[in-house]
Amino acid sequence: MTVLERPEEITLPEPFLRWFKQRGWEPRAHQLELLAKARAGRSALLIAPTGAGKTLAGFLPTLVELSETSRNGRTPGRQARSVPLHPRSGGEGLEVGGDLFDLAAPPTPDPSPPFAARMGGGERTEQASQSSAITKVAANSPRKLISTGREVRREGGLHTLYISPLKALAVDIARNLETPVAEMKLPIRIETRTGDTPASKRQRQRRDPPHILLTTPEQLALILASADAPFLFGSLRRVVLDELHSLVMSKRGDLLSLGLARLFALAPDLTSVGLSATVAEPDDLRRYLMPQPPSAPTQSAPILADLVIADDGAPPHVSMLDTAERLPWAGHTARHAIGEIYGLIKRHKTTLVFVNTRSQAEAVFQQLWGINDDNLAIALHHGSLDVAQRRKVEEAMTVGRLRAVVCTSSLDLGVDWGDVDLVINVGAPKGASRLLQRIGRANHRMDEPSRGVLIPANRFEVLECTAALDAIAAKAQDTPPARIGALDVLAQHVLGRACGEPFLADGLYAEVRSAAPYADLTRADFDAVVDFVATGGYALKAYERFAKIRQGKDGRWRVAHPMIAQRYRMNVGTIVEADMLKVRLVRSRASKLIPRGGRLLGEVEEYFIEMLTPGDTFVFAGEILRYEAIVEDEVYVSRAASEDPKVPSYEGGKFPLSTYLADRVRQIVADGSLWKELPPQVREWLEIQQWRSLLPGRRDLLVETFPRANKCYLVCYPFEGRLAHQTLGMLLTRRLERARLRPMGFVANEYALAIWGLGDVALRISRGELSLAELFDQDMLGDDLEAWLAESALMKRTFRTCAIIAGLIERRFPGQEKSRREVTISTDLVYDVLRKHQADHVLLRAARADAGSGLLDIHRLGDMLSRIRGRIIHKPLDHVSPLAVPVMLEIGREMVHGEASEEVLREAEAELVKEAMQ
Amino acid sequence: MRAQGAQLPAAASGRDVVVAGIALVADCAGALYWPEEGLLVVADLHLEKGSSFATRGVLLPPYDTAATLARLGALIARYAPKFVIALGDSFHDGGGPERVSEGDRAMLGALQRGREWIWIAGNHDPEPVHGLGGVSAAMFASGPLVFRHAPEREPSDGEIAGHLHPVARVNGRGRTVSRRCFATDGKRMVMPAFGAYAGGLNIRDRAFADVFNTLKFTAHILGEARLYAIAAHRCLGD
Repeated sequence: MTVLERPEEITLPEPFLRWFKQRGWEPRAHQLELLAKARAGRSALLIAPTGAGKTLAGFLPTLVELSETSRNGRTPGRQARSVPLHPRSGGEGLEVGGDLFDLAAPPTPDPSPPFAARMGGGERTEQASQSSAITKVAANSPRKLISTGREVRREGGLHTLYISPLKALAVDIARNLETPVAEMKLPIRIETRTGDTPASKRQRQRRDPPHILLTTPEQLALILASADAPFLFGSLRRVVLDELHSLVMSKRGDLLSLGLARLFALAPDLTSVGLSATVAEPDDLRRYLMPQPPSAPTQSAPILADLVIADDGAPPHVSMLDTAERLPWAGHTARHAIGEIYGLIKRHKTTLVFVNTRSQAEAVFQQLWGINDDNLAIALHHGSLDVAQRRKVEEAMTVGRLRAVVCTSSLDLGVDWGDVDLVINVGAPKGASRLLQRIGRANHRMDEPSRGVLIPANRFEVLECTAALDAIAAKAQDTPPARIGALDVLAQHVLGRACGEPFLADGLYAEVRSAAPYADLTRADFDAVVDFVATGGYALKAYERFAKIRQGKDGRWRVAHPMIAQRYRMNVGTIVEADMLKVRLVRSRASKLIPRGGRLLGEVEEYFIEMLTPGDTFVFAGEILRYEAIVEDEVYVSRAASEDPKVPSYEGGKFPLSTYLADRVRQIVADGSLWKELPPQVREWLEIQQWRSLLPGRRDLLVETFPRANKCYLVCYPFEGRLAHQTLGMLLTRRLERARLRPMGFVANEYALAIWGLGDVALRISRGELSLAELFDQDMLGDDLEAWLAESALMKRTFRTCAIIAGLIERRFPGQEKSRREVTISTDLVYDVLRKHQADHVLLRAARADAGSGLLDIHRLGDMLSRIRGRIIHKPLDHVSPLAVPVMLEIGREMVHGEASEEVLREAEAELVKEAMQ
Repeated sequence: MRAQGAQLPAAASGRDVVVAGIALVADCAGALYWPEEGLLVVADLHLEKGSSFATRGVLLPPYDTAATLARLGALIARYAPKFVIALGDSFHDGGGPERVSEGDRAMLGALQRGREWIWIAGNHDPEPVHGLGGVSAAMFASGPLVFRHAPEREPSDGEIAGHLHPVARVNGRGRTVSRRCFATDGKRMVMPAFGAYAGGLNIRDRAFADVFNTLKFTAHILGEARLYAIAAHRCLGD
């Protein structure tokens, strides 16, 4: 890493200095440092807190470069090119004729209308001029800027590409850039391209690209899969990856890494800039930003981008609510603290109330309105709400019309939503880094501290919040380790490559391995993926004649039919939501005929609805609704009179408790000297536990057994998150079944697992007939796991995701208006058949790799089992212990797990028989 | 009070059902057996559905025919029937018979050896099946029973049909379970689809009301080792 000794010596060109001065701003050190990196032709990772002017830092080099080249009389990126009007296979639609720069031509439709309003009022001018970061300048911008520099004539490809995880973010950043560009009169054209960009504009952009294009990973994949890619990217100088810490955590990051590898291959002069929040391992991101050397990474050191770290800014003020109320034993809605939350909202200007799940958001929102005597403007925001509704909330937030928004991770990213002065986090923080990023949403000025308040919803969450506060104080980070590139994503990329320029397998293999997540990809796996894309990759070579890609005489692979490319374009991307159903409000079913065409409330996961019976009530979009029916891909609901909705399932957040926080929680539990920082109620709880049962050491596993209401319970406390606990529960019940202990069900939460059944586990242990060490032995991850995976619904869901990303199953079909429910084949059936006939198929391997960390969290379970070897402490009890109460309370409230479908059928039948005999 | 039918191995996985006065065994694998006649019926095999999708560029695993035939083989081994009726939609499309692989062809031939094999025409495969043994027919009648692919809309006592792929959904323990099922009111029956890739239609769909007129029919739901009988009105809609 080259460290610039004195970045302050880097100076900005005169117009930029003037512009900064006019605003009363000083360029920040890291902004100048990034500029210096750019001048030295270096790629760099910038780690900076929110509000540090990260985005401007990322763009400044490009703005300076482009202003200088134009001043020198050169057109940047000059490259002769014949006008590419070759017909494109099933192209994206309209041909654009005429003079594209004709200013009299109708303006390009605004890609994001709801944001237009945000640019409107001059109310925020004053505040904006005081702020120090570029992200505020949007408020000053003229009303109707759509694409800066539309009149700028240019030739050649793109100069700078900006990739953001959110299309709204890309659009917002574009607007924010427009101000300096317009005010400095820079001859720079900036445009966005998102899923909302009209086909005509996309078409034009491919022929006549702007200097700077702001887009998303999916759009990048689409452009790369076109014949225009070499022209568009050949002269690309810089790619800016925003919110990189978030992107790299998912398969989107895998896809982007492959796109990046392609860009480096296409553009010899390319450098990259990553913008990131603080992470545990910056080197992972630095590696991601650079093409990796062709040899195995064990043989040569990975290549890293330079690192620029901005000042931390003022440390955040984070505290945990010391509730005056009684702390609940279980639950996630923090009902007890709702008055106190309301009080906090009242005392602040604008508050973001973060929760972990949609159902929590709905519940908290409902409760707040239940006591909203002052009629404060409190809104709701989560990913399932209708987009228009979400945009409305964001808009109102930005212009300062809201006092609070109850939101999920849907607001984790993005530009500043107005003048937030408090972030409240309800429930478990899950991870220290994640929590810090959320709290950073308050106060986008880095020299002032952000304020955050944690609201634990139950006693265990007090421990987790305490651990998180300790972690923040210690500046510890717990972002997850770097991903290994997924094979299903690679399959999508391979097809995309064949849709663009035909490729040679050797060349593509080398290129793919230059992407950090795929650096260790074996040739055998790569070939298997190509084979999968071509003919399905089946040992039974049945599909040669239906191949999607074929090798030509020149050895290059290309798509077999233009139709394949069209379908690729319709299905690009790695975000596979659960199957969603639209929620439509209708009148209650008084008559048998259900009226169509009520108001759209949003979308809900199909499996959520599948758990409901018509007539069930649930909370959604801030209302209590009655489930009426499913008609095609819409759920009909009516307003329910019920006051007490049945929210059937608390879907645990997507992220389990981080291993780092889990370890800290175990430490707090184990070490009584740490209890003094805990609220008295919690301390007392632990003290009674110590007296009645015991508290496990930091690395131990406590297993309690006790009888209750004719059943025998086994409760253990691994603290590894509910996903790993669920998997453990599945496997343990199989083993208990085999030991004829007749387990009946189990329930898992983030901290504990409770299993109950008819057999007396404690008795069997005392007789020496059952060994806990054997029960919890790591060998459960062998045959038992395999047997369970064969039928696991979670595994089938995982497989389905892989099948969709890899392109085996398509979500969108050209020219077909049939609903998905009619057209698609059940991937569960495909899974069953494939598993029996070709267990090592590349898609099954991809699914198994996902199961390691995703819904099944098998790796974490494996780590836990090895940690507790020889450290299991059994405590037989007469009745339930204080520590067991929270998980016991989840029984009945939680979905009881067990894939025991047969049990459900047996009970349903028995119920009828009983009824008939009465 | 459970009748233990220990003498027949079939009883372990099947259940006695009566349709139009005839005693039949509904097997939890999704087949129907008529002991008196030695006649085994399977509906909606949808063989070569995988390759049918493949012709349209969706390269589903090509093992569905093998998987379906293997399950059918197990049933034939258990019941040793004199007759096998494939109740229509035996192939997912008209080109299906030609695409059957060598191995699957051999398997099918082995299954047909020593017994009568009848392909009933379905909407997916209306043409007679050539080159794969057996005889093709629009329908088959024996005694009071009539075997045809799609159920008639009029009352039709003794009709054994397929076509609708009945699936029943039941809830319990805070979740729901969906499984293939036989649907019968004692007068007629709609059989579950047998094919490995065959989808399903909820028995609360209007199509079943058209067959049985009311909800007074029973779903015999396929379990792993037995059937579960649940009244249709107690099953859930989608």
